[in-house]
Amino acid sequence: MQVETFYYDNRIVKNFAFATLLWGVVGMLVGLLAAVQMYLPAANFGLPFTTFGRVRPLHTNAVIFAFVGNGIFMGVYYSLQRLCKTPMFSKALSAIHFWGWQLIIVSAAITLLAGYTTGKEYAELEWPIDIAITLVWVVFGINMFGTILQRREKHLYVAIWFFIATWVTVAMLHIVNSFEMPVSLFKSYSWYAGVQDALVQWWYGHNAVAFFLTTPYLGIMYYFLPKAANRPVYSYRLSIIHFWALIFIYIWAGPHHLLYTALPDWAQSLGVVFSIMLIAPSWGGMLNGLFTLRGAWDKVREEPVLKFMVVAITCYGMATFEGPLLSLKSVNAISHFSDWTIAHVHVGALGWNGFLTFGILYWLIPRIYQTPLYSKKLAGTHFWIGTIGIVLYTIPMYWAGFTQAMMWKQFTPEGTLAFQFLETVTHIIPLYIVRSIGGLLYLIGVFVMVFNIVKTVRAGSLLAQEEAQAAPLLEDTPVHGKEYWHKWIERRPLQMLVFSFILVAIGGLLELIPTFLIKSNIPTISSVKPYTPLELQGRDLYISNGCYVCHSQMIRPFRDEVARYGEYSKAGEFVYDHPFQWGSKRTGPDLARIGNKYPNSWHYNHMLEPQSMSPGSIMPSYAWMLDDPIDTASTPAKIRAMQRLGVPYPEGYDQVANADLMKQAESIRTKLAADKIKTPANREIIAMIAYLQRMGTDIKGMPEATTQQ
Amino acid sequence: MKFVHYLEKISGIDVYGITSFFIFFTLFLVMLWWALKADDRLIEEVKNIPLNH
Repeated sequence: MQVETFYYDNRIVKNFAFATLLWGVVGMLVGLLAAVQMYLPAANFGLPFTTFGRVRPLHTNAVIFAFVGNGIFMGVYYSLQRLCKTPMFSKALSAIHFWGWQLIIVSAAITLLAGYTTGKEYAELEWPIDIAITLVWVVFGINMFGTILQRREKHLYVAIWFFIATWVTVAMLHIVNSFEMPVSLFKSYSWYAGVQDALVQWWYGHNAVAFFLTTPYLGIMYYFLPKAANRPVYSYRLSIIHFWALIFIYIWAGPHHLLYTALPDWAQSLGVVFSIMLIAPSWGGMLNGLFTLRGAWDKVREEPVLKFMVVAITCYGMATFEGPLLSLKSVNAISHFSDWTIAHVHVGALGWNGFLTFGILYWLIPRIYQTPLYSKKLAGTHFWIGTIGIVLYTIPMYWAGFTQAMMWKQFTPEGTLAFQFLETVTHIIPLYIVRSIGGLLYLIGVFVMVFNIVKTVRAGSLLAQEEAQAAPLLEDTPVHGKEYWHKWIERRPLQMLVFSFILVAIGGLLELIPTFLIKSNIPTISSVKPYTPLELQGRDLYISNGCYVCHSQMIRPFRDEVARYGEYSKAGEFVYDHPFQWGSKRTGPDLARIGNKYPNSWHYNHMLEPQSMSPGSIMPSYAWMLDDPIDTASTPAKIRAMQRLGVPYPEGYDQVANADLMKQAESIRTKLAADKIKTPANREIIAMIAYLQRMGTDIKGMPEATTQQ
Repeated sequence: MKFVHYLEKISGIDVYGITSFFIFFTLFLVMLWWALKADDRLIEEVKNIPLNH
């Protein structure tokens, strides 16, 4: 048979590799800054765009979508061409994908720091960027499927299955969670409200972990680990079973982020059951990876690439064992809202995603630059610095999380809370310091790698077009072994796409639909009213400054939470919350019932200098809110957007909203003046105070009989 | 408001849960059956794809 000659495109692989290096450094530097801010409020620098509430979303978005995102594309563009024995479908699409993604990252960084955010974790980017992400993702999809369709290899290797499932599921998650009503070019409100918004968000959030941080990296593992170890994967059969089980089960597990919240019980239970089931397919992948190295452990001792991969897979195993445990309600009652979550996440992020990326970079760069790695010894040093960094990062966070949760729940023999919230914060500050040292070590390791890779690149030259040969794929290409019906899907990418989509869509639909149907069945709490225009402006400031990053708005039905914060939160209280702001971490106390707890003057002084009101507090100062005027020009558009989302403001209210806003602002100004605080009424701090004083107070006006239910 | 009884308020809601479990277990059994029955030579060929270039 005539053998064809063709060329693999290594330039695009190189571009994505350099991008993942660059954004890795940036994202981790920002993470280090955030870690320092946790014990040194002065490191917030008193500026809006360097304050923790904006820095932290930048860190998470940068490491997830920029560092890991480019890492995924690097792995996919390298392996897909070779697994399909064909160059990428279109060089133009590859370039559009690359530059489009980098443009999205840059615009994300700028807008997040500027305070343009939807307020939904890991989906913070505003609607124009959401649209750009969708378009670039489609470009990636066309390029990927085009490549698969023109392949010279009959069978689709399991890595490609993971890539296909990743593509289709991320598309679905991103589109469903990003439905929002634009107010202006950089401001929108989530289409969903309250409980529904929470469920959609965590269905998305959990599956962003599943289908952005896990499935593509499993696909990459299934290609690069056999290559690096020079032996096939341990069990191909296991990979088939664990693939289908993993993608089917993962999509259901989202509600475990909302245990004990106002989310309906059945959805919580469903999330728990599927989370426990997840251990099996997750460990299927982990064991398959580790067993691939059976009989090759001597290589692991000498080869840094394999060392990185072994720790990565081990961390994957640990994180996916811990995840289901954290989904048990009894464990979650302790871990949720504490630093335990941060520890769990970083075992996965630093260990699994970080180390697998580093291992692949050390393997791939010398190959495409046709030269040995500059220094294996330095790579070994990086491995040890990084590993110690992970240990120093995670152990203090487990310790802090457990300590804090225990302190939150501690009662005195007299039956009162044993600790003020602030005491539980100051107590764990030494652990925050150790954590930042762990993060610093990890980052130093990355710099060592950058040096090593720069040296390697300088010593070699890029093999931009790598020649390869293969026979074309003909209909009658002989197959070794017996034919089975599975070829219907295993050799056909489009069937694979459709079937994967059906599987993940089933999970999504069956979980989301009942919650949406239920909307009509929720007896709305009659005393819960829409926010006043001033409160709405205040709420938008709350979102824009990332207050949700440290403060929850969800009181769980526990004795200590009810004693500390007040009556537990009800689903009906959030019907006008576009977006919901339940939060996921309590670095500061819950704010669901902060309303009327302190006088206006307390909030004024607290926002100016938190330590003056709460000595030892690690909250940053928001002094600029005392000077910056409220953006009243946006009020009518915001009211109209809310009306379109079903919030019952009266017809034509947008035209008179600002008059109401000023009236309420004036009354707050008067009260502040009585406490000897002089401020104009149109300052942001006034809107902020209005919102804070409103929070959780509606329910207090309702009859006793209703609250008891 | 009793949020624990939401399920009871939608007629036939149990069909959602039962359907999903049914689909999952059917799929799982079929995949398991296929993986165990698949021809060794085919599996050997596919699993070596990454090493054959």
